[in-house]
Amino acid sequence: MDLLIQVSYFAAAFLFIMGLKRMSSPVTAASGIKWAGAGMVVATVITFAYPDLHNYFLMTTAIFIGGVLAWWTGKKVAMTDMPQMIALYNGMGGGSAAAISAVELASSVNHGPVITTLAVLGGIIGSVSFSGSLIAFGKLQGLIKGSFRFSGQNLVNIAMLAVTGLLGLLIITSGGGGFSVFLLFVVALALGVTMTVPIGGADMPVVISLYNALTGLAVAFEGFVLNNAAMIIAGTVVGSAGSLLTQLMAKAMNRSLGNVLFSGFGDTEAVAAEGDQGVMKPIDANDVGIMMAFAEKVLIVPGYGMAVAQAQHKVWELCQLLIDRGVKVKFAIHPVAGRMPGHMNVLLAEAGVPYDLIYDQEEINAEFETTDVALVIGANDVVNPVARSDPSSPIYGMPILNADKARNCIVVKRGQGAGFSGIQNALFFLDNTRMLYGDGQEMASELIQAVKSL
Amino acid sequence: MIELSGFAALYIFMLAAFTGYEVIAKVPAILHTPLMSGSNFVHGIVVVGAMVALGHADTFLTQLVGFIGVILGAGNAVGGYVVTERMLEMFKASGDKN
Repeated sequence: MDLLIQVSYFAAAFLFIMGLKRMSSPVTAASGIKWAGAGMVVATVITFAYPDLHNYFLMTTAIFIGGVLAWWTGKKVAMTDMPQMIALYNGMGGGSAAAISAVELASSVNHGPVITTLAVLGGIIGSVSFSGSLIAFGKLQGLIKGSFRFSGQNLVNIAMLAVTGLLGLLIITSGGGGFSVFLLFVVALALGVTMTVPIGGADMPVVISLYNALTGLAVAFEGFVLNNAAMIIAGTVVGSAGSLLTQLMAKAMNRSLGNVLFSGFGDTEAVAAEGDQGVMKPIDANDVGIMMAFAEKVLIVPGYGMAVAQAQHKVWELCQLLIDRGVKVKFAIHPVAGRMPGHMNVLLAEAGVPYDLIYDQEEINAEFETTDVALVIGANDVVNPVARSDPSSPIYGMPILNADKARNCIVVKRGQGAGFSGIQNALFFLDNTRMLYGDGQEMASELIQAVKSL
Repeated sequence: MIELSGFAALYIFMLAAFTGYEVIAKVPAILHTPLMSGSNFVHGIVVVGAMVALGHADTFLTQLVGFIGVILGAGNAVGGYVVTERMLEMFKASGDKN
Protein backbone atom coordinates (compact mmCIF):
# COMPACT_ATOMS: atom_id res chain seq x y z
CA MET A 1 0.00 0.00 0.00
CA ASP A 2 2.88 2.31 0.85
CA LEU A 3 4.25 1.86 -2.65
CA LEU A 4 0.88 2.64 -4.22
CA ILE A 5 0.60 5.83 -2.13
CA GLN A 6 4.09 6.94 -3.15
CA VAL A 7 3.45 6.17 -6.82
CA SER A 8 0.21 8.16 -6.68
CA TYR A 9 1.87 11.19 -5.08
CA PHE A 10 4.62 10.99 -7.67
CA ALA A 11 2.04 10.93 -10.46
CA ALA A 12 0.24 13.89 -8.87
CA ALA A 13 3.44 15.95 -8.72
CA PHE A 14 4.16 15.12 -12.37
CA LEU A 15 0.62 16.07 -13.44
CA PHE A 16 0.80 19.40 -11.53
CA ILE A 17 4.03 20.45 -13.25
CA MET A 18 2.84 19.35 -16.69
CA GLY A 19 -0.49 21.08 -16.11
CA LEU A 20 1.19 24.36 -15.16
CA LYS A 21 3.49 24.07 -18.17
CA ARG A 22 0.50 23.63 -20.48
CA MET A 23 -1.28 26.56 -18.80
CA SER A 24 1.54 28.87 -19.87
CA SER A 25 0.47 28.85 -23.54
CA PRO A 26 -3.00 29.89 -24.76
CA VAL A 27 -3.17 26.95 -27.19
CA THR A 28 -2.79 24.26 -24.52
CA ALA A 29 -4.04 26.17 -21.48
CA ALA A 30 -7.53 24.66 -21.28
CA SER A 31 -6.11 21.13 -21.12
CA GLY A 32 -3.47 22.17 -18.56
CA ILE A 33 -5.97 22.70 -15.75
CA LYS A 34 -7.49 19.27 -16.49
CA TRP A 35 -4.07 17.60 -16.10
CA ALA A 36 -3.56 19.34 -12.79
CA GLY A 37 -7.11 18.47 -11.76
CA ALA A 38 -6.46 14.78 -12.44
CA GLY A 39 -3.37 15.01 -10.23
CA MET A 40 -5.46 16.47 -7.40
CA VAL A 41 -8.07 13.70 -7.62
CA VAL A 42 -5.41 10.96 -7.58
CA ALA A 43 -3.64 12.50 -4.56
CA THR A 44 -6.85 13.09 -2.58
CA VAL A 45 -8.32 9.62 -3.18
CA ILE A 46 -5.13 7.75 -2.28
CA THR A 47 -4.80 9.70 0.97
CA PHE A 48 -7.78 7.78 2.35
CA ALA A 49 -5.51 4.70 2.21
CA TYR A 50 -2.83 6.43 4.34
CA PRO A 51 -1.74 4.23 7.26
CA ASP A 52 -2.85 4.89 10.87
CA LEU A 53 -5.52 7.50 10.16
CA HIS A 54 -8.90 7.84 11.85
CA ASN A 55 -11.74 10.40 11.77
CA TYR A 56 -12.73 9.29 8.24
CA PHE A 57 -16.29 10.50 8.73
CA LEU A 58 -15.11 14.00 9.69
CA MET A 59 -12.71 14.00 6.73
CA THR A 60 -15.38 13.10 4.18
CA THR A 61 -17.85 15.58 5.65
CA ALA A 62 -15.30 18.39 5.57
CA ILE A 63 -14.31 17.68 1.96
CA PHE A 64 -17.97 17.63 1.03
CA ILE A 65 -18.77 20.95 2.79
CA GLY A 66 -15.70 22.80 1.47
CA GLY A 67 -16.00 21.32 -1.99
CA VAL A 68 -19.69 22.04 -2.50
CA LEU A 69 -19.45 25.61 -1.20
CA ALA A 70 -16.44 26.38 -3.39
CA TRP A 71 -17.97 24.69 -6.44
CA TRP A 72 -21.14 26.68 -6.09
CA THR A 73 -19.46 30.06 -5.57
CA GLY A 74 -16.89 29.37 -8.29
CA LYS A 75 -19.58 28.57 -10.86
CA LYS A 76 -21.64 31.67 -10.26
CA VAL A 77 -18.98 34.36 -9.78
CA ALA A 78 -18.91 37.00 -12.54
CA MET A 79 -15.74 37.30 -14.60
CA THR A 80 -15.30 40.89 -13.41
CA ASP A 81 -15.12 39.62 -9.80
CA MET A 82 -12.49 36.98 -10.53
CA PRO A 83 -9.54 38.67 -8.72
CA GLN A 84 -11.26 38.71 -5.33
CA MET A 85 -12.49 35.12 -5.77
CA ILE A 86 -8.92 33.96 -6.40
CA ALA A 87 -7.92 35.86 -3.24
CA LEU A 88 -10.62 34.05 -1.26
CA TYR A 89 -9.65 30.54 -2.42
CA ASN A 90 -6.01 31.37 -1.88
CA GLY A 91 -6.75 32.50 1.67
CA MET A 92 -8.49 29.19 2.31
CA GLY A 93 -5.33 27.35 1.25
CA GLY A 94 -3.25 29.46 3.62
CA GLY A 95 -5.73 28.78 6.42
CA SER A 96 -5.54 25.08 5.74
CA ALA A 97 -1.74 25.11 5.94
CA ALA A 98 -1.98 27.02 9.23
CA ALA A 99 -4.46 24.45 10.55
CA ILE A 100 -2.06 21.59 9.73
CA SER A 101 0.65 23.45 11.60
CA ALA A 102 -1.61 24.03 14.61
CA VAL A 103 -2.61 20.37 14.83
CA GLU A 104 0.98 19.15 14.53
CA LEU A 105 2.33 21.68 17.06
CA ALA A 106 -0.42 20.89 19.55
CA SER A 107 0.07 17.13 19.26
CA SER A 108 2.02 15.30 21.92
CA VAL A 109 4.51 13.91 19.38
CA ASN A 110 7.87 15.69 19.56
CA HIS A 111 9.05 16.26 16.01
CA GLY A 112 12.52 17.56 16.79
CA PRO A 113 13.78 21.10 16.25
CA VAL A 114 14.07 21.11 12.42
CA ILE A 115 10.56 19.89 11.74
CA THR A 116 9.11 22.08 14.52
CA THR A 117 10.82 25.10 12.96
CA LEU A 118 9.28 24.32 9.57
CA ALA A 119 5.87 23.79 11.17
CA VAL A 120 6.14 27.16 12.92
CA LEU A 121 7.24 28.96 9.72
CA GLY A 122 4.48 27.32 7.68
CA GLY A 123 1.98 28.24 10.37
CA ILE A 124 3.02 31.90 10.47
CA ILE A 125 3.11 32.29 6.67
CA GLY A 126 -0.16 30.40 6.21
CA SER A 127 -1.91 32.54 8.85
CA VAL A 128 -0.68 35.81 7.31
CA SER A 129 -1.78 34.60 3.88
CA PHE A 130 -5.18 33.57 5.27
CA SER A 131 -6.15 36.81 7.02
CA GLY A 132 -4.38 38.99 4.44
CA SER A 133 -6.21 37.35 1.55
CA LEU A 134 -9.54 37.76 3.34
CA ILE A 135 -8.84 41.49 3.71
CA ALA A 136 -7.88 41.68 0.02
CA PHE A 137 -11.14 39.93 -0.85
CA GLY A 138 -13.10 42.33 1.34
CA LYS A 139 -11.48 45.36 -0.25
CA LEU A 140 -12.03 44.31 -3.87
CA GLN A 141 -15.56 43.13 -3.10
CA GLY A 142 -16.28 46.56 -1.60
CA LEU A 143 -16.98 45.16 1.89
CA ILE A 144 -14.05 47.11 3.33
CA LYS A 145 -13.90 50.71 2.20
CA GLY A 146 -10.86 52.96 2.26
CA SER A 147 -7.41 52.34 3.62
CA PHE A 148 -6.48 52.58 7.27
CA ARG A 149 -3.19 54.29 7.85
CA PHE A 150 -1.48 55.84 10.81
CA SER A 151 2.05 57.02 11.34
CA GLY A 152 4.43 54.32 12.47
CA GLN A 153 2.30 51.60 10.90
CA ASN A 154 5.33 49.87 9.46
CA LEU A 155 6.93 49.87 12.92
CA VAL A 156 3.87 48.20 14.41
CA ASN A 157 4.04 45.53 11.71
CA ILE A 158 7.72 44.94 12.34
CA ALA A 159 7.04 44.68 16.07
CA MET A 160 4.32 42.09 15.45
CA LEU A 161 6.64 40.16 13.16
CA ALA A 162 9.25 40.18 15.93
CA VAL A 163 6.69 38.89 18.44
CA THR A 164 5.76 35.98 16.16
CA GLY A 165 9.48 35.25 15.74
CA LEU A 166 10.02 35.18 19.51
CA LEU A 167 6.97 33.00 20.11
CA GLY A 168 8.20 30.70 17.35
CA LEU A 169 11.61 30.41 19.03
CA LEU A 170 9.93 29.67 22.35
CA ILE A 171 7.89 26.89 20.77
CA ILE A 172 10.89 25.42 18.97
CA THR A 173 13.08 25.36 22.08
CA SER A 174 10.37 24.15 24.46
CA GLY A 175 8.99 21.59 22.00
CA GLY A 176 5.60 23.16 21.46
CA GLY A 177 2.19 22.82 23.07
CA GLY A 178 -0.24 25.05 24.89
CA PHE A 179 -0.72 28.74 25.18
CA SER A 180 2.30 29.93 23.17
CA VAL A 181 1.03 28.05 20.09
CA PHE A 182 -2.37 29.70 20.46
CA LEU A 183 -0.76 33.13 20.85
CA LEU A 184 1.50 32.55 17.83
CA PHE A 185 -1.49 32.06 15.57
CA VAL A 186 -3.41 35.01 17.00
CA VAL A 187 -0.51 37.40 16.39
CA ALA A 188 0.23 35.97 12.92
CA LEU A 189 -3.42 36.35 11.89
CA ALA A 190 -3.46 39.93 13.17
CA LEU A 191 -0.25 40.65 11.25
CA GLY A 192 -1.92 39.60 7.98
CA VAL A 193 -4.69 42.10 8.68
CA THR A 194 -2.48 45.05 9.61
CA MET A 195 -0.15 44.39 6.68
CA THR A 196 -3.00 44.44 4.16
CA VAL A 197 -5.38 47.17 5.32
CA PRO A 198 -3.15 50.13 4.33
CA ILE A 199 -2.75 48.90 0.75
CA GLY A 200 -4.99 50.55 -1.84
CA GLY A 201 -7.37 48.72 -4.16
CA ALA A 202 -5.33 49.33 -7.32
CA ASP A 203 -2.33 47.53 -5.84
CA MET A 204 -4.35 44.60 -4.49
CA PRO A 205 -3.64 42.21 -7.43
CA VAL A 206 0.08 42.34 -6.66
CA VAL A 207 -0.71 41.60 -3.03
CA ILE A 208 -2.98 38.68 -3.95
CA SER A 209 -0.24 37.28 -6.14
CA LEU A 210 2.22 37.63 -3.28
CA TYR A 211 -0.08 35.79 -0.86
CA ASN A 212 -0.54 33.12 -3.51
CA ALA A 213 3.21 32.55 -3.52
CA LEU A 214 3.29 32.62 0.30
CA THR A 215 0.55 30.00 0.56
CA GLY A 216 2.60 27.82 -1.78
CA LEU A 217 5.59 28.19 0.51
CA ALA A 218 3.51 27.42 3.61
CA VAL A 219 2.17 24.28 1.91
CA ALA A 220 5.71 23.19 1.06
CA PHE A 221 6.82 23.66 4.70
CA GLU A 222 3.87 21.63 5.97
CA GLY A 223 4.83 19.03 3.35
CA PHE A 224 8.20 18.69 5.10
CA VAL A 225 6.42 18.33 8.44
CA LEU A 226 4.16 15.56 7.13
CA ASN A 227 6.90 13.95 5.05
CA ASN A 228 4.73 14.38 1.95
CA ALA A 229 6.69 14.87 -1.29
CA ALA A 230 3.65 15.88 -3.37
CA MET A 231 2.98 18.80 -1.02
CA ILE A 232 6.66 19.83 -1.02
CA ILE A 233 6.86 19.82 -4.80
CA ALA A 234 3.48 21.44 -5.55
CA GLY A 235 3.95 24.04 -2.82
CA THR A 236 7.48 24.96 -3.86
CA VAL A 237 6.61 25.15 -7.55
CA VAL A 238 3.75 27.53 -6.74
CA GLY A 239 5.95 29.46 -4.32
CA SER A 240 8.58 30.21 -6.93
CA ALA A 241 6.19 30.60 -9.87
CA GLY A 242 4.03 32.91 -7.74
CA SER A 243 7.04 35.02 -6.73
CA LEU A 244 7.98 35.47 -10.39
CA LEU A 245 4.40 36.31 -11.31
CA THR A 246 4.27 38.87 -8.49
CA GLN A 247 7.41 40.55 -9.83
CA LEU A 248 6.02 40.58 -13.40
CA MET A 249 2.84 42.24 -12.16
CA ALA A 250 4.65 44.85 -10.10
CA LYS A 251 6.87 45.59 -13.09
CA ALA A 252 3.85 45.98 -15.38
CA MET A 253 2.52 48.58 -12.95
CA ASN A 254 5.90 50.29 -12.77
CA ARG A 255 6.12 49.68 -9.03
CA SER A 256 8.56 47.73 -6.92
CA LEU A 257 7.15 45.20 -4.52
CA GLY A 258 8.49 47.09 -1.52
CA ASN A 259 6.81 50.21 -2.81
CA VAL A 260 3.46 48.40 -3.06
CA LEU A 261 3.72 46.91 0.44
CA PHE A 262 5.04 49.86 2.40
CA SER A 263 4.18 53.13 0.69
CA GLY A 264 0.39 53.06 0.66
CA PHE A 265 -0.14 54.63 -2.76
CA GLY A 266 -2.47 52.88 -5.18
CA ASP A 267 -5.48 54.54 -3.72
CA THR A 268 -7.37 57.47 -5.10
CA GLU A 269 -5.18 60.46 -4.47
CA ALA A 270 -6.82 63.43 -6.08
CA VAL A 271 -4.38 65.53 -8.03
CA ALA A 272 -5.59 68.96 -9.01
CA ALA A 273 -5.78 69.53 -12.74
CA GLU A 274 -2.95 71.87 -13.57
CA GLY A 275 -4.37 74.90 -15.28
CA ASP A 276 -6.25 75.01 -18.55
CA GLN A 277 -5.07 72.43 -21.02
CA GLY A 278 -7.42 73.41 -23.85
CA VAL A 279 -10.87 72.08 -24.58
CA MET A 280 -12.25 68.62 -25.07
CA LYS A 281 -13.88 68.30 -28.49
CA PRO A 282 -17.05 66.21 -28.54
CA ILE A 283 -18.20 64.06 -31.47
CA ASP A 284 -21.37 62.04 -32.07
CA ALA A 285 -21.70 58.32 -32.68
CA ASN A 286 -22.73 58.63 -36.33
CA ASP A 287 -19.53 60.41 -37.31
CA VAL A 288 -17.44 57.88 -35.38
CA GLY A 289 -19.28 55.03 -37.09
CA ILE A 290 -18.49 56.47 -40.54
CA MET A 291 -14.89 57.10 -39.54
CA MET A 292 -14.40 53.53 -38.38
CA ALA A 293 -16.27 51.90 -41.26
CA PHE A 294 -14.07 53.57 -43.86
CA ALA A 295 -10.83 53.17 -41.92
CA GLU A 296 -8.12 50.78 -42.95
CA LYS A 297 -7.02 49.91 -39.45
CA VAL A 298 -8.81 50.32 -36.11
CA LEU A 299 -7.32 49.63 -32.70
CA ILE A 300 -9.57 49.12 -29.70
CA VAL A 301 -8.12 50.15 -26.33
CA PRO A 302 -10.38 48.71 -23.64
CA GLY A 303 -10.16 49.44 -19.93
CA TYR A 304 -11.92 48.24 -16.81
CA GLY A 305 -14.65 50.84 -17.40
CA MET A 306 -15.75 48.85 -20.44
CA ALA A 307 -16.22 45.76 -18.31
CA VAL A 308 -18.09 47.71 -15.63
CA ALA A 309 -20.49 48.97 -18.32
CA GLN A 310 -20.74 45.36 -19.59
CA ALA A 311 -19.93 46.74 -23.05
CA GLN A 312 -17.49 44.03 -24.19
CA HIS A 313 -20.13 41.99 -26.05
CA LYS A 314 -21.33 45.06 -27.98
CA VAL A 315 -17.79 46.15 -28.74
CA TRP A 316 -17.01 42.73 -30.19
CA GLU A 317 -20.24 42.85 -32.26
CA LEU A 318 -19.09 46.22 -33.61
CA CYS A 319 -15.66 44.80 -34.42
CA GLN A 320 -17.19 41.87 -36.29
CA LEU A 321 -19.17 44.32 -38.45
CA LEU A 322 -15.98 46.24 -39.19
CA ILE A 323 -14.02 43.07 -39.97
CA ASP A 324 -16.77 42.04 -42.41
CA ARG A 325 -16.27 45.35 -44.17
CA GLY A 326 -12.56 44.62 -44.54
CA VAL A 327 -11.32 46.86 -41.76
CA LYS A 328 -8.31 45.51 -39.83
CA VAL A 329 -9.30 45.42 -36.16
CA LYS A 330 -7.00 44.63 -33.24
CA PHE A 331 -7.29 44.96 -29.48
CA ALA A 332 -4.47 46.72 -27.63
CA ILE A 333 -4.24 45.64 -24.00
CA HIS A 334 -2.27 47.39 -21.34
CA PRO A 335 -0.76 45.02 -18.75
CA VAL A 336 -2.86 46.52 -15.99
CA ALA A 337 -6.10 46.98 -17.92
CA GLY A 338 -8.71 45.41 -15.69
CA ARG A 339 -8.18 44.63 -12.04
CA MET A 340 -5.13 42.41 -12.48
CA PRO A 341 -2.71 41.68 -15.32
CA GLY A 342 -4.43 39.49 -17.88
CA HIS A 343 -7.89 40.17 -16.43
CA MET A 344 -8.94 42.15 -19.53
CA ASN A 345 -8.03 39.18 -21.73
CA VAL A 346 -10.37 37.02 -19.69
CA LEU A 347 -13.19 39.57 -20.01
CA LEU A 348 -12.71 39.84 -23.79
CA ALA A 349 -12.50 36.07 -24.11
CA GLU A 350 -15.83 35.86 -22.28
CA ALA A 351 -17.35 38.11 -24.97
CA GLY A 352 -15.97 35.78 -27.65
CA VAL A 353 -13.01 37.82 -28.88
CA PRO A 354 -10.38 35.39 -30.31
CA TYR A 355 -7.07 35.68 -28.48
CA ASP A 356 -5.10 36.15 -31.70
CA LEU A 357 -6.73 39.58 -32.19
CA ILE A 358 -5.54 40.66 -28.75
CA TYR A 359 -2.10 42.23 -28.49
CA ASP A 360 0.14 43.20 -25.60
CA GLN A 361 1.40 46.72 -25.28
CA GLU A 362 4.90 45.77 -26.44
CA GLU A 363 3.62 44.08 -29.59
CA ILE A 364 1.18 46.78 -30.63
CA ASN A 365 2.57 50.15 -29.53
CA ALA A 366 4.49 50.77 -32.76
CA GLU A 367 1.31 50.26 -34.78
CA PHE A 368 -0.61 53.25 -33.44
CA GLU A 369 1.17 55.58 -35.85
CA THR A 370 -0.27 53.70 -38.83
CA THR A 371 -3.72 53.42 -37.27
CA ASP A 372 -6.65 55.43 -38.60
CA VAL A 373 -8.86 55.20 -35.52
CA ALA A 374 -7.94 54.29 -31.95
CA LEU A 375 -11.12 53.69 -29.93
CA VAL A 376 -10.42 54.15 -26.22
CA ILE A 377 -13.27 52.70 -24.19
CA GLY A 378 -13.22 52.67 -20.40
CA ALA A 379 -9.45 53.21 -20.24
CA ASN A 380 -7.84 56.36 -18.89
CA ASP A 381 -4.50 56.37 -17.05
CA VAL A 382 -3.01 53.72 -19.35
CA VAL A 383 -3.30 56.08 -22.35
CA ASN A 384 -2.26 59.27 -20.57
CA PRO A 385 0.73 60.76 -22.43
CA VAL A 386 1.66 62.65 -19.23
CA ALA A 387 3.34 59.38 -18.18
CA ARG A 388 5.90 60.01 -20.92
CA SER A 389 6.32 63.76 -20.59
CA ASP A 390 5.70 65.08 -17.07
CA PRO A 391 8.17 63.96 -14.38
CA SER A 392 6.00 65.54 -11.65
CA SER A 393 3.06 63.24 -12.37
CA PRO A 394 2.51 60.25 -10.06
CA ILE A 395 2.21 57.99 -13.12
CA TYR A 396 5.38 59.35 -14.76
CA GLY A 397 7.43 56.47 -16.14
CA MET A 398 4.55 54.02 -16.35
CA PRO A 399 4.57 52.38 -19.79
CA ILE A 400 1.44 53.50 -21.68
CA LEU A 401 -0.37 52.66 -24.89
CA ASN A 402 0.39 55.27 -27.56
CA ALA A 403 -3.23 56.01 -28.46
CA ASP A 404 -2.28 59.70 -28.85
CA LYS A 405 -0.16 58.76 -31.88
CA ALA A 406 -3.08 57.37 -33.89
CA ARG A 407 -4.42 59.57 -36.70
CA ASN A 408 -7.73 59.85 -34.89
CA CYS A 409 -8.35 59.00 -31.29
CA ILE A 410 -11.91 58.51 -30.05
CA VAL A 411 -12.46 58.37 -26.29
CA VAL A 412 -15.71 56.90 -25.02
CA LYS A 413 -16.34 58.37 -21.60
CA ARG A 414 -19.26 59.07 -19.30
CA GLY A 415 -18.34 62.63 -18.46
CA GLN A 416 -15.46 65.02 -18.14
CA GLY A 417 -14.04 63.85 -14.80
CA ALA A 418 -10.58 62.48 -14.10
CA GLY A 419 -9.76 58.75 -13.99
CA PHE A 420 -9.29 56.06 -11.34
CA SER A 421 -6.12 57.73 -10.08
CA GLY A 422 -7.64 61.21 -10.17
CA ILE A 423 -5.02 62.41 -12.65
CA GLN A 424 -6.07 64.70 -15.49
CA ASN A 425 -5.60 63.03 -18.88
CA ALA A 426 -3.71 65.12 -21.47
CA LEU A 427 -4.89 62.79 -24.26
CA PHE A 428 -8.42 64.24 -24.05
CA PHE A 429 -7.21 67.69 -25.07
CA LEU A 430 -5.16 66.75 -28.14
CA ASP A 431 -6.05 67.99 -31.63
CA ASN A 432 -6.57 64.48 -32.99
CA THR A 433 -8.79 63.41 -30.08
CA ARG A 434 -12.58 63.50 -30.05
CA MET A 435 -14.75 62.70 -27.03
CA LEU A 436 -17.77 60.44 -27.40
CA TYR A 437 -19.73 61.09 -24.21
CA GLY A 438 -21.99 58.39 -22.86
CA ASP A 439 -22.30 54.97 -21.26
CA GLY A 440 -19.94 52.43 -22.84
CA GLN A 441 -22.64 49.93 -23.69
CA GLU A 442 -25.06 52.48 -25.16
CA MET A 443 -22.34 54.10 -27.24
CA ALA A 444 -21.22 50.72 -28.59
CA SER A 445 -24.84 50.02 -29.59
CA GLU A 446 -25.10 53.39 -31.31
CA LEU A 447 -21.85 52.73 -33.17
CA ILE A 448 -23.22 49.37 -34.31
CA GLN A 449 -26.34 51.12 -35.64
CA ALA A 450 -24.22 53.77 -37.37
CA VAL A 451 -22.08 51.15 -39.12
CA LYS A 452 -25.09 49.01 -40.05
CA SER A 453 -26.96 51.93 -41.61
CA LEU A 454 -24.16 52.68 -44.06
CA MET B 1 6.02 5.44 4.59
CA ILE B 2 9.31 6.10 2.86
CA GLU B 3 11.13 8.64 4.98
CA LEU B 4 12.54 11.65 3.13
CA SER B 5 15.85 12.33 4.83
CA GLY B 6 16.74 15.97 5.45
CA PHE B 7 18.98 16.53 2.51
CA ALA B 8 16.88 14.62 -0.01
CA ALA B 9 13.98 16.90 0.96
CA LEU B 10 16.21 19.95 0.58
CA TYR B 11 17.22 18.85 -2.92
CA ILE B 12 13.57 18.37 -3.86
CA PHE B 13 12.86 21.87 -2.55
CA MET B 14 15.64 23.45 -4.61
CA LEU B 15 14.81 21.63 -7.85
CA ALA B 16 11.09 22.32 -7.51
CA ALA B 17 11.82 26.02 -6.99
CA PHE B 18 13.78 26.17 -10.26
CA THR B 19 11.07 24.18 -12.02
CA GLY B 20 8.39 26.65 -10.95
CA TYR B 21 10.47 29.56 -12.14
CA GLU B 22 11.23 27.99 -15.54
CA VAL B 23 7.67 26.87 -16.17
CA ILE B 24 6.34 30.40 -15.71
CA ALA B 25 9.24 32.41 -17.12
CA LYS B 26 7.97 32.76 -20.69
CA VAL B 27 4.25 33.13 -20.07
CA PRO B 28 2.51 35.89 -22.07
CA ALA B 29 0.70 38.63 -20.09
CA ILE B 30 -2.60 37.45 -21.63
CA LEU B 31 -2.46 34.40 -19.33
CA HIS B 32 -1.38 36.05 -16.07
CA THR B 33 -4.77 35.93 -14.41
CA PRO B 34 -5.65 32.32 -15.35
CA LEU B 35 -2.15 31.19 -14.48
CA MET B 36 -2.28 32.80 -11.06
CA SER B 37 -5.61 31.08 -10.57
CA GLY B 38 -4.13 27.79 -11.81
CA SER B 39 -1.18 27.96 -9.45
CA ASN B 40 -3.64 28.87 -6.70
CA PHE B 41 -5.42 25.59 -7.52
CA VAL B 42 -2.19 23.58 -7.40
CA HIS B 43 -1.43 24.56 -3.80
CA GLY B 44 -4.88 23.17 -3.03
CA ILE B 45 -2.87 19.94 -2.54
CA VAL B 46 -2.79 21.22 1.05
CA VAL B 47 -6.11 19.39 1.46
CA VAL B 48 -4.14 16.13 1.46
CA GLY B 49 -2.01 17.36 4.34
CA ALA B 50 -5.05 18.58 6.22
CA MET B 51 -6.64 15.14 5.82
CA VAL B 52 -3.55 13.51 7.33
CA ALA B 53 -3.47 16.06 10.16
CA LEU B 54 -7.16 15.46 10.90
CA GLY B 55 -6.52 11.72 10.68
CA HIS B 56 -3.89 12.03 13.44
CA ALA B 57 -5.95 14.36 15.62
CA ASP B 58 -7.06 12.80 18.92
CA THR B 59 -8.41 15.63 21.07
CA PHE B 60 -11.59 17.58 20.44
CA LEU B 61 -9.66 20.80 19.79
CA THR B 62 -7.22 19.32 17.27
CA GLN B 63 -10.10 17.50 15.57
CA LEU B 64 -11.96 20.79 15.24
CA VAL B 65 -8.93 22.62 13.84
CA GLY B 66 -8.19 19.72 11.49
CA PHE B 67 -11.82 19.63 10.36
CA ILE B 68 -11.71 23.35 9.52
CA GLY B 69 -8.38 22.78 7.78
CA VAL B 70 -9.87 20.12 5.51
CA ILE B 71 -12.87 22.35 4.70
CA LEU B 72 -10.54 25.22 3.77
CA GLY B 73 -8.19 22.98 1.80
CA ALA B 74 -11.04 21.38 -0.15
CA GLY B 75 -12.41 24.86 -0.85
CA ASN B 76 -9.02 25.97 -2.17
CA ALA B 77 -8.73 22.95 -4.49
CA VAL B 78 -12.30 22.83 -5.79
CA GLY B 79 -12.80 26.60 -6.08
CA GLY B 80 -9.42 27.08 -7.72
CA TYR B 81 -10.22 24.39 -10.26
CA VAL B 82 -13.69 25.68 -11.13
CA VAL B 83 -12.70 29.32 -11.74
CA THR B 84 -9.50 28.41 -13.65
CA GLU B 85 -11.37 26.02 -15.92
CA ARG B 86 -14.10 28.61 -16.54
CA MET B 87 -11.54 31.23 -17.56
CA LEU B 88 -9.42 28.96 -19.75
CA GLU B 89 -12.43 27.45 -21.54
CA MET B 90 -13.15 30.90 -22.98
CA PHE B 91 -9.80 31.35 -24.72
CA LYS B 92 -10.36 30.63 -28.40
CA ALA B 93 -8.40 31.42 -31.55
CA SER B 94 -10.28 33.07 -34.43
CA GLY B 95 -10.09 29.81 -36.43
CA ASP B 96 -11.88 27.78 -33.74
CA LYS B 97 -15.58 27.06 -33.92
CA ASN B 98 -17.65 27.64 -30.80
